[in-house]
Amino acid sequence: MKKGMVIGCGVAGFILIILAIALFWGIGAYNNLVNLNESVVGSWSQVENQYQRRTDLIPNLVSTVKGYANFEKEVLTGVTEARAKVSQMNVTPEVLNDPQAFQRFEQSQSQLSGALSRLLVTVENYPELKANEGFLQLQSQLEGTENRIAVGRRQFTQIVQEYNTTIKRFPTTIIAGLFGYNQKEYFKAVPGSDTPPKVEF
Amino acid sequence: MKFIFIIFLFTAVAFAQPQVPTLTKWATDLTGTFSEQQLNTLNSRLSTFEDTTSNQVLLLMISSLNGAVIEEYAYDVATKNKIGSKKFDNGALLLIAKADKKLRIEVGYGLEGILPDALSSSIIRNVIVPHFKRDEYYSGVSAGIDAIISAVKGEYKADPDTNDEDGDSIIPVIIFILFIIFITFVKGGRRGRGGFISYGSGLGGSSWGGSSGGSSFGGFSGGGGSFGGGGASGSW
Repeated sequence: MKKGMVIGCGVAGFILIILAIALFWGIGAYNNLVNLNESVVGSWSQVENQYQRRTDLIPNLVSTVKGYANFEKEVLTGVTEARAKVSQMNVTPEVLNDPQAFQRFEQSQSQLSGALSRLLVTVENYPELKANEGFLQLQSQLEGTENRIAVGRRQFTQIVQEYNTTIKRFPTTIIAGLFGYNQKEYFKAVPGSDTPPKVEF
Repeated sequence: MKFIFIIFLFTAVAFAQPQVPTLTKWATDLTGTFSEQQLNTLNSRLSTFEDTTSNQVLLLMISSLNGAVIEEYAYDVATKNKIGSKKFDNGALLLIAKADKKLRIEVGYGLEGILPDALSSSIIRNVIVPHFKRDEYYSGVSAGIDAIISAVKGEYKADPDTNDEDGDSIIPVIIFILFIIFITFVKGGRRGRGGFISYGSGLGGSSWGGSSGGSSFGGFSGGGGSFGGGGASGSW
């Protein structure tokens, strides 16, 4: 009888210790997920800020270029339309959990990128425009923003990949499933996105 | 740690670019274009600038990018060398790829306000490139650095603790020294002469701390600044 109680206490103690270890591990894993999630959202807002800055720069660029006689109208309309499409989108960090919304965002932004680079290639035909200091400043701001977007996308992709790996790995995947941490979308290289668009003259 | 490893793995696989050098001086020329004296002049100017304002402005001239994109390479050089302080992110890099006839000013987060892309671009187009077109590399670089320095001047004042990364680590050193002195006194109180010997070792410890601060004066060491892709590129 006494011996049985000792064994029972031992087993109960053992289970308690295991539970305590599991609990501590769970808290650690959960906190790690919270941190990762925050850094994903943070780096996403960096990318989004830069996209927003690009959208804000465009009206100035268009009005500077418009002043030049017979500048290709359809190139300008292309930029304006793509910009309008982008600014219609209401982008929240929720987009990271919605593959379709994410794809729409990505698509409209890359359309704008295409329209803008067509504009900048067309400018090559206008030597006076290329010598205009105001235009050159706008161009450098736009290029700077494009580069910040590229850097931001790189950092964002790395962080999301780390996040996605973490939530898929056993045993963290249990905690992730329990608290609804799902896989997040990130930028995949679009085929042909690294080659500049061709402009026919 | 794992995260850092992933970054390295990613960057190593993603770009077939020239090796990113570890910069030990403010001005580095891998093409042999500048004379020793010219490099010394640039180095002392940039190191004095760091001493007085805490901003780290670096120069790197390479021969070719081997087809890599200058923006990506400049970003990698700047971040891997941790140009700028961790506190202010106040670093900038002037990168020149001589054979490609391309150059870039990469600007750290903390200097983006005072050295915006349009200004960097203007420095490249109006200050540096005219010299480069005449193959006057030294005068171009020298004028460019002057322009960057005069733009950045006044943004941040030098920290009284020359190196702010040391700011964290110096406290344990002081505590350690005080502890040794304390122990020495306690021991010294008990055993007269032995105390003097160990007191000497305590002094040795403090002078070691001083010399490590001095060694950073001779060469460049990054402070942990980060970059977000600000700056401008150009060609000649």
